[in-house]
Amino acid sequence: MTGATMVHALNQALGDAMAADPAVHLLGEDIGTLGGVFRVTDGLAGRFGGDRVTDTPVAESGILGMAVGMAMYGLRPVVEMQFDAFAYPAFEQLASHVAKMRNRTRGALPMPITIRIPYGGGIGGVEHHSDSSEAYYAHTPGLLVVAPATVADAYGLLRAAIEADDPVVFLEPKVLYWAKGQWDPAAPVPPLGRAAVRRRGTSASLVTYGPMLPVCLAAADSARQSGWDLEVVELRSLVPFDDETVAESVRRTGRAVVVHEASGFAGFGAEVAARIGERCFHYLEAPVLRVTGFDVPYPPPLLEHHHRPGVERILAAVARLQWESEWREPAR
Amino acid sequence: MTGHPLLPTDAPVSLLDTAETAIDGELAVELYRRMVLARRFNRQATALTLQGRLSVYPSSAGQEAVAAAVTLALAEEDWLFPTYRDTAAVVLRGVDPVQAVTLLRGDWHHGWDPGAHRVAPLATPLATQTAHAVGLAHAAALAGDDLAVLALIGDGGTSEGDFHEAVNLAAVFRSPVVFLVQNNGYAISVPLSRQSAAPSLAHKGIGYGVPGVLVDGNDALAVHRVVDEALTRARRGGGPSLIEARTYRIDPHTNADDATRYRADEEVAEARRRDPLPRLERHLRERGLLDDATVRAASVAAEALAAVLRDRLADEPRPDPADLFTHVYATTPPHVAEQRRVLTGEAGR
Repeated sequence: MTGATMVHALNQALGDAMAADPAVHLLGEDIGTLGGVFRVTDGLAGRFGGDRVTDTPVAESGILGMAVGMAMYGLRPVVEMQFDAFAYPAFEQLASHVAKMRNRTRGALPMPITIRIPYGGGIGGVEHHSDSSEAYYAHTPGLLVVAPATVADAYGLLRAAIEADDPVVFLEPKVLYWAKGQWDPAAPVPPLGRAAVRRRGTSASLVTYGPMLPVCLAAADSARQSGWDLEVVELRSLVPFDDETVAESVRRTGRAVVVHEASGFAGFGAEVAARIGERCFHYLEAPVLRVTGFDVPYPPPLLEHHHRPGVERILAAVARLQWESEWREPAR
Repeated sequence: MTGHPLLPTDAPVSLLDTAETAIDGELAVELYRRMVLARRFNRQATALTLQGRLSVYPSSAGQEAVAAAVTLALAEEDWLFPTYRDTAAVVLRGVDPVQAVTLLRGDWHHGWDPGAHRVAPLATPLATQTAHAVGLAHAAALAGDDLAVLALIGDGGTSEGDFHEAVNLAAVFRSPVVFLVQNNGYAISVPLSRQSAAPSLAHKGIGYGVPGVLVDGNDALAVHRVVDEALTRARRGGGPSLIEARTYRIDPHTNADDATRYRADEEVAEARRRDPLPRLERHLRERGLLDDATVRAASVAAEALAAVLRDRLADEPRPDPADLFTHVYATTPPHVAEQRRVLTGEAGR
């Protein structure tokens, strides 16, 4: 086992993937000499050379377009988008080519491209540095969307994303970059599309991913005081979606709250809530609720804590799960 | 505006109707033969849209000198990145004509194996293919493979950000790419004056540190010469080039377009007088490089191509609805697999 921060785990995953497969090439802005603005690629240019860890001009669409051409020639590009909102110029390449090329060419041109995007807020970033853009990607057929929340998964899921023959949008929760944990480089590369139950509970299921996992775990700890024993399910992968694990949990607890940092309206939580409703209707004691960021542009640093869901807002939602329908007396 | 080595000449490079004597007769006849094929293909495909057998066809009639020159200059190991208007060039590159029109027929989005022919899919979103061309060229250069990549683009496409990013990336990485702009005067209805205020589109090259070449796009010999030079330079590690080929789109944008709404009949009539095909034929006959037998043979080959397209389009099977799901992912996610089961179970399919 190796222990350090999520940034270190991602760095080792990239290095190990490059050592394992000469087709893996990194492209991005400031990823070479500087090692990336978050240092995720630190030392890799020195170790593998500028031909495999390439600083590019500031041109996100062009970078991803280049990755398409490199994949056509048999390479396995890993693109770093410097920040969530800086990935938007590349959206046309992503939606029109990365996501569609395999289908368009009946499998002749697979796109084994990993697009790493540091995403979400909570780090005091000024405007355009804190967006949660997962819904755009999850809505686009042909893409896989992966969002680790633990240090171990940052290593394992990034290895899995790079090995996948499908394009993967890999969303790295910035607020957890400096979280500490352990990972096992010798462990088998995990499959994509498996959720994990991070905390066992019986009263209700919190379903979440990415930067909201620690907040949900804290909420579950707090909830004990109110007599609720909350289960926490972490998706890990938005596409593929693990209906089985989510539905199994909600059928057991009978209640669910979906928690994400992104705005709620037409957000990924709506998909999660709908899928739970479709599969667990007869097991539900209350409607599935969502706790999300507000439907406003991401706030400036001094206001962001009002926007990001916290323990209080999650517990308020749990309190609204129609406990009065329970046979037992509600907790006072 | 001339004087800097990266700037184009004031007048487009031209060989036909000039005093140029060093003309390779065999090459010129091959260009003619290819142009006859491309013209017949354009005519046949347009006819098929009128019969409802193709959904749409963006004709390149009037631009066949470029298709002929480019496909003749490309080596087998080179790659071609075409736009949606370049089906004729794709066919000249050797792609099966029925596979080449798959997108336009509507039975699938694309029909040929790109790796087998080294021809990328027709790019519909403007200029996006230019970045792909740079990436493939970059990968080939990293692998030490001596090949060049030719990216076609239209005058309208040069207004897109991806064109700028791609030329800049190619220049920075010295990628073996030739960007060839077919300036046919219009982006659907909007004339070049609303796309660019540059002295020429080839002048844009100097802004990236890339040599710009302006060529008479209705002169197959001249286009071949400048493309051949640019490809050779690229293969030898000399970096990218930007070529503007001045031509004219004789047909409407597609069969669904009404070009009379934005350009005068006299303008089109004038363009027809500069039609690259009769122009080359006249030139070659005057020089004794083309005889009736060769003209007849080219025509017979073109009719055979048209017949193949007509006949085989009628034979093609209808697409299988289950194919909607087959190639979306290498590993199909469960929610997509579930939808495939729904479709397969529907009675109406």
